Amino acid sequence: MVAPPVEQVLAEQFGGLLRIDDASREGVLILSLPADEIHEAARIVKKSGGRLAAEWATDDTPFGRELALWTAFAVPVPDSAKDRFILIRSDVPIRNPLFPTLTGSFAAAYRFERIISSFFGIDSIGHPDRRPWIRHEDWPDGFFPLRKNVSIDAPFVRSEGSYEWIRGDGEGVYEIPVGPVHAGIIEPGHFRFQAVGETILNLEERLGYVHKGIEKRFESLSWAEGARLAGRISGDSTFAHALAWCLAVEEMAGILVPPRAAWLRALLLERERIANHLGDIGAIANDAAFAFLLAQLSRLREEVLRLNRSLFGHRLLMDRIVPGGVSADLDAKGIEAILIEMDRLSAEFERLVVIYDENPSLQDRVVTTGIVTKKTAADLGLVGFVARASGIPSDRRVRFPFPPYDELMVREATRSNGDVNDRVWVRIEEVRESIRLIREILTRLPGGPALPSESLQVRPQPGLTGLGVVEGWRGEIVTWVQAGPSGEVHRVMVRDPSQVNWLGLERAVLGNIVPDFPLCNKSFNQSYSGHDL
Amino acid sequence: MLRILYQTLRTGLVTEKTLPEADKKIEIVGNALREEVHKRFHRSLTIREIDAGSCNGCELEIHAMNNPHYDCERFGVHFTASPRFADVLFVTGPVSRNMEIALKRTVDATPAPKIVVAVGDCAACGGVFGTSYASLGAVENVVPVDVKVPGCPPSPAALIRALLEAVGRK
Repeated sequence: MVAPPVEQVLAEQFGGLLRIDDASREGVLILSLPADEIHEAARIVKKSGGRLAAEWATDDTPFGRELALWTAFAVPVPDSAKDRFILIRSDVPIRNPLFPTLTGSFAAAYRFERIISSFFGIDSIGHPDRRPWIRHEDWPDGFFPLRKNVSIDAPFVRSEGSYEWIRGDGEGVYEIPVGPVHAGIIEPGHFRFQAVGETILNLEERLGYVHKGIEKRFESLSWAEGARLAGRISGDSTFAHALAWCLAVEEMAGILVPPRAAWLRALLLERERIANHLGDIGAIANDAAFAFLLAQLSRLREEVLRLNRSLFGHRLLMDRIVPGGVSADLDAKGIEAILIEMDRLSAEFERLVVIYDENPSLQDRVVTTGIVTKKTAADLGLVGFVARASGIPSDRRVRFPFPPYDELMVREATRSNGDVNDRVWVRIEEVRESIRLIREILTRLPGGPALPSESLQVRPQPGLTGLGVVEGWRGEIVTWVQAGPSGEVHRVMVRDPSQVNWLGLERAVLGNIVPDFPLCNKSFNQSYSGHDL
Repeated sequence: MLRILYQTLRTGLVTEKTLPEADKKIEIVGNALREEVHKRFHRSLTIREIDAGSCNGCELEIHAMNNPHYDCERFGVHFTASPRFADVLFVTGPVSRNMEIALKRTVDATPAPKIVVAVGDCAACGGVFGTSYASLGAVENVVPVDVKVPGCPPSPAALIRALLEAVGRK
């Protein structure tokens, strides 16, 4: 018996309470439902194998409405390897801003709802943790920056406050606080370990240190300017984030992208993936004191960045994409240069993979370290290479492809042990696959324009929304945009893969020894900036 | 082990005498830098990096200063884990509200004389994030800055040149 589609089950359950707002888009269905029923809807989606991809709020007072809660579920399409997205909007009254928590069905809601509470003052009933998130304890009371009645440069007076840490007790239990300023050249965050001897009993993360008000900043920019800010959500994923932004804006405003631009976007996305995977595999080896691989792989990474600069004008590919196209084209010489680079890179990389695999002292550190089981990964709704290393297919290039990935047939890499070694192996296989994809893209690259036409203007209808989903090197990026009453930027929601995967790190380190934490952490390499926004 | 040796021999020495994206010779800059470091810093210039709100783009390029192509250690420059040992602070990002206190404390923990370098457009002028409820903008709005390095992000070569400028000033 084939299970009925989720929306049918939802319709049977809720009858007239459920409204279809927009069923015209490919792969995306927008519904609305009263906020009181949202946890029931989440339970039904969970039963059908769906995942909570994001949960956020909007302040709709400029439309003459009140607040709203949005939930985005990724739901598998029966008999296919694909997913589709179901978005549900629920009105939330300003005077009584409450909704029932989704944490009973989806662990990922744990932090989404703390963020909603911290930035909108909308609380979820039954949430197990009332502490703010990203909003630090010295923020002024009643200051909810994403509300429309708060301006971006609102005065900010620090207040007294404290943060209740999770504490372990018992004989021999001690605590190690780390950060926010860390030992290496890395982003700031605070980690608090409860340990006995060398064994980690609990790790509690505390983030938010690099919160720069990005979502609020978007609201003061034009649609065209937004791409530049999106490219600075997380510098290592600059292209992927700017791409997710452009896809969302293009879907909202009905902008068509020339085929050549779509293929060049895939080319640049794969180059970003290769550069980051190369650097991180080396850095993981370095954290196990095998500096040789770091030197070799950072050399290869540098060569990729240099070719980026000479062909596209920027080492990290910042600002190479705009709504409606790309801002850098490629000539026949450039194609030739990349094909030669790919041959060289592939040969060099394969030699290093053998060295990684055959080094016993390295294998001793990475095998069985920092395990995330398949069940844990599924329960937390993890994404990206972290999920795939634990055996969960999650590659958006396969499961929710935008052009040209619908024609490219990406081979998704998965492993099953979920340890540091498997996370490295997924990334090794993704470097190989990206090299293959780049060669294919370059041989099939269509002609025609790549830059958007000069007359292109983004003028969306009031209230329209757009969804952009991209598999960056770290995993699934979800960007959602909404136009305001006069077609301006009303609200932008960005869900970096780190926002869910940080939860996975807290679980991965349990029972490991403290000196293995850097190795576990590096094998996740989550973004602080992409998380804190 | 043999594979490692073969790979080392095959790779050879990739550390460069010239900067690929600039006409200036890196060894001229580098040797001048090494001279300054020898003269004023007992042959070792120590940098502590502080991300005060960056998007992590600048961190990637600061890391690249250590890759075999640039290898900034040959000039006597290296990065330390503790501000207590630092001569130079590389501060990146607009200063976020949530990092303001940690940044001030880290700068205070660094012994004088210290050189504060604002790395990247955000650190130099606030960049795309500007000032807001969450961001205090340029680093100089929070702590005194000696040298600013523009760029989004500045290239590793630009960072090495900026170091020369920084040590030459004090």
